[in-house]
Amino acid sequence: MLDVKNISMAVGNFKLSEINFNVEKGEYFVILGLSGVGKSLLLETIAGLRSPDSGKIFLRGKDIAKEKIQNLNISIVYQDSVLFPHKNVYENIAYPLKSRKAKGIKEKVHRFAEITGIADKLERKPSTLSGGEIQRAALARSLASGSDIFLLDEPLSALDSKSAFELRALFRKLNREGITIIHVTHSYEEAVSLATRIGIMEEGKLVHVDTPSEIFRHPRSEFVAHFVGIKNFLKGNLKEGSGAQLKEFALNGISISVLTDIEDGEAFLMISPDEISISNKPEESSSRNHFKGVIKDIAPARIGIDVTVDIGIDIVSVITSNSLNELDLSIGKTVWINFKASSCKIYK
Amino acid sequence: MNTVAKNNSALGLIFTFLGGLLLLFIIAPVAGMYLNTTSAGLTETIGDDAVRSSVWLSLWTSMAATMLFSLLAIPLAYILARKNFPLKNVVNGIIDLPIIIPHSAAGIAVLGIVTRNSLLGKAADLVGLKFIGSPAGIIVAMAFVSIPFLINAARDGFAAVPERYEKTALTMGASPARAFFTISLPLAWRSILSGLILMWGRGMSEFGAVIIVAYNPQTAPVLIFERFTSYGLKYSVPAAVVFVTVCLVLFIIFRLVKKKINA
Repeated sequence: MLDVKNISMAVGNFKLSEINFNVEKGEYFVILGLSGVGKSLLLETIAGLRSPDSGKIFLRGKDIAKEKIQNLNISIVYQDSVLFPHKNVYENIAYPLKSRKAKGIKEKVHRFAEITGIADKLERKPSTLSGGEIQRAALARSLASGSDIFLLDEPLSALDSKSAFELRALFRKLNREGITIIHVTHSYEEAVSLATRIGIMEEGKLVHVDTPSEIFRHPRSEFVAHFVGIKNFLKGNLKEGSGAQLKEFALNGISISVLTDIEDGEAFLMISPDEISISNKPEESSSRNHFKGVIKDIAPARIGIDVTVDIGIDIVSVITSNSLNELDLSIGKTVWINFKASSCKIYK
Repeated sequence: MNTVAKNNSALGLIFTFLGGLLLLFIIAPVAGMYLNTTSAGLTETIGDDAVRSSVWLSLWTSMAATMLFSLLAIPLAYILARKNFPLKNVVNGIIDLPIIIPHSAAGIAVLGIVTRNSLLGKAADLVGLKFIGSPAGIIVAMAFVSIPFLINAARDGFAAVPERYEKTALTMGASPARAFFTISLPLAWRSILSGLILMWGRGMSEFGAVIIVAYNPQTAPVLIFERFTSYGLKYSVPAAVVFVTVCLVLFIIFRLVKKKINA
């Protein structure tokens, strides 16, 4: 239904680089990324409100650059500046119907307002509505516009948890009824609870597009790894090592021995913090990896204590409070960290 | 806390005193003019056809200048608020030019473009319109000196309207023109109205540029000046009082209307 091909553009401080993805009819596609990575810019580009510097967007097989915005049948709902402030809810919902010179406007406005649960507030001005009610009215207006793709720009970020929960249910309902939704958010929970597929956006790039389960099982970005509680997530290069299946994982001038049969090249490495030990002297053991570093942070974790050691990259080890006292660990102290090559989980 | 409150109240007193002085500076000359006018002189002036027609001329020409030139000023203000283009700062500077040049010089400049030898003068001649010594000339002179007030206010008004409303309107099937007339213009209307009132007021009170383009027919400021130079202060004050009263009444009405719209 929607094909985004190699979109690149720069607007002020925001940049999009070679964005590629496609969205099928009826999908709920969530673009997940931190604030300021260009998510809203991407939505406006999909809506035809901005022209990319390069690349093309095809909607229902047609290049959107050749179509008028008002004929694209894509509806955008912004995080703020949502409803027209000088019009009441009824007039807001009627706006697209009047633009398209539709018949039976009154009946349609009431019907869409019923669907989104805002029918009792039709006479109200936007300034008197709650955040959730504003979003409901905006969704009714999008339905009235006849669009079958809704672009939602952080629609839940300003809402209390109860309203957000109710609206999520409404989004799912609209999606079930055939509306294709592209939803941008910085909230991991929102993405997991709504998406059929997720695109992870980092620094203007769509770095990973997959189903939620696959995205979070095998993260390809520190951002996602952080969400799922993975503390040692590294991106580097896998090279031949000194033995069979023993390879070297190189990053930032550091070489980590890993036990894997995955082929060489760019790869991701995860090490669970409880697989990493800390010692005051180089440890003689079966572990292949020993690195000298300086303790950067000591913080209580849900279970045990997280000790962050800077070895050129930050590595987190979880230890007991007894070990912390016995080893006399403190911030700034030089220590050794040790872990086995087989503790390193490698994937492409 | 007490010290802060004390200091603030002392500062508040000083500021109130300084502000009061300024208000007095504005009110005193106008009030003095009213106090120096006898009711007999005022009645006679109101009955004077020349005074009445000059006040009426000032009113309608300034209104016409505001209405006609707003058709050019509002689109320009919108472009300046929404688009970026090379030399935009220069354009903004050009718009403020009539504010900084002496108004007599502005009159001479306007005279240059509306004489019979100029392109505009020749074109107007073809349709039987003349600028020099006519209401049309007065309208052009008034518009020249007062247009920056409207453009600046309207530009700030449009700039304060989030562009997202217009973008939303476009995705809702509105044409750019419908988005402008139903979203941008109503949302910027308060600022535009302020600009219209300022432009109208500034145009109505214009003297320097108008007298150069059209000594006759006489607008109220020209008539007041003529009475002052020909007959002295005593004869010019009643005419000034009549004109100032009309201006004040209209100004108050417009302010009330604007307040109602804002509410």
